[in-house]
Amino acid sequence: MAYPPQYRYTKEHEWIDVKGDVATIGITDYAQHELGDVVFVELPKVGAKTATGKSFGTVESVKAVSEIYAPAAGEVLEANSVLQNKPETINTDPHGAAWLIKIKLANPAEISGLMNAAAYEAFIADKAKETSA
Amino acid sequence: MESVTSPAITELRKTPLNALHRRLGAKMVNFGGWDMPVEYPSSGGLIAEHKAVRGTVGLFDVSHMGDIRIHSRKVPGLPAQAGGPLAAVQHISMNDASLLALGQAHYSAMLDPEGTFVDDVIVHRLGPDDYLLVINAGTREKDISWVRQNTREFDCMVEDLSDANTQLAIQGPRAVDVVQKLTDANLAGIKNYWFTHGTVCGLKNTLIARTGYTGEDGFEIYVPSDRETSEAVWAKVIEAGREFGIVPCGLGARNTLRLEAKMALYGHEISDKINVWEAGLDRYCKMEKGDFIGRAALQRAKAADLTRTLVGLEMIDRGIARDEYRVCNEAGEPVGVVTSGSPSPTLCKNIALAYVPPALSAIGTSLFVEIRAQKCKAQVVPTPFYKRAKKAAAPQGTKPV
Repeated sequence: MAYPPQYRYTKEHEWIDVKGDVATIGITDYAQHELGDVVFVELPKVGAKTATGKSFGTVESVKAVSEIYAPAAGEVLEANSVLQNKPETINTDPHGAAWLIKIKLANPAEISGLMNAAAYEAFIADKAKETSA
Repeated sequence: MESVTSPAITELRKTPLNALHRRLGAKMVNFGGWDMPVEYPSSGGLIAEHKAVRGTVGLFDVSHMGDIRIHSRKVPGLPAQAGGPLAAVQHISMNDASLLALGQAHYSAMLDPEGTFVDDVIVHRLGPDDYLLVINAGTREKDISWVRQNTREFDCMVEDLSDANTQLAIQGPRAVDVVQKLTDANLAGIKNYWFTHGTVCGLKNTLIARTGYTGEDGFEIYVPSDRETSEAVWAKVIEAGREFGIVPCGLGARNTLRLEAKMALYGHEISDKINVWEAGLDRYCKMEKGDFIGRAALQRAKAADLTRTLVGLEMIDRGIARDEYRVCNEAGEPVGVVTSGSPSPTLCKNIALAYVPPALSAIGTSLFVEIRAQKCKAQVVPTPFYKRAKKAAAPQGTKPV
């Protein structure tokens, strides 16, 4: 699956798509693949604050619970309600329909510290090498 | 995102099929020191693998399991009255091995003097004085030295065959059809928890047991552990199963399948801190057979009141109970702990096994599981969560001995 070039990525496998001071956040295709069948998603309420690098929710597969870390600080504007009944959307469309939250960015400048698509793809290619060693 | 499963590292032990799993693109995890496939994206992942076993058939590499053979020898110098292999097995395990016919197996456990678990085990009676104990991977070394230590006074030989066997589990309602295509043995004549020896994939004298860890009908076969033979047998099973939709299955599906069937997992439902009565495994513990390690402590424990018992829970609120989550009563006080918890792919519910006080163990009791600081409602339900339908005139479903 292609990694959209306009997104920015974290080492914890979240993506963030910034439009002005509003950002949409999700987890990457690599992340959903590592998790396996997603069966449960827990997201913050509208108005909650996210802090950079801190957990804002969880995604659970059959076998594991994974914390989701915020790529940026902000206030939650919307959580994706589709995922409550169709958590498996994360497996089928992680970069699109399965976005997790939208936030109003506290400091849009901090996004520049994140990886672009090319850098993220190189980062996960390295990880793949590690685990097949 | 951060996964809780440990990445595979090179020091882990590998089964003879490790390279094959990697070629298949399996996700590998560290399971008790073994580099094992947890799921195969090429099979469709954990849920698809689970459903294949419930619906048709799946294939598992379970070569990480250990095998201990206890058979006869004549030891010069031991007193003439020293017991042989049967007496040794009786001494170290809680079920009554004297009831086993040739070709029969049963579930049992090895206990500490405290009546708690060293490990659980399947005991097979291979010959008049010849037993095969199949033990868990994570406890292999501990078990083998424990068995050697505790059978010293007996006139028997203890052999560790763990590395000599590749163990494959073919599980599901069509497993019998798949294995029958590969063997001259008449599988219809083998009842649940019985076994035979036959030619499988051209390999003479192969142990074929109607056993498994999925709650489904199925077979476990034991073939030589060289890589070439192991991979050839695997390929032939896959080929024979193709018409039934067989898929390779990993430890992830093995865990959800055994949990639905309420089969214990060492380190979870049973451990060196939990005794037989608490685990509810009474029917496999034969107090009347004579002395065995742990019996005296169990006798005392039986007279005292149980402080905890294993129950099945079904989540009422949204949320998945996981291993080691706390269980609380209606007042919110901690009263117990989850030993295994997962979504159930068959039932489409979130289920768990948990230890709770007997007073809170009645079917229908409301309990709460603490999930990330939230108390989520659950209810005590009958177990096993899943029981396979009994086919008319099918040989399985006989009472365990």
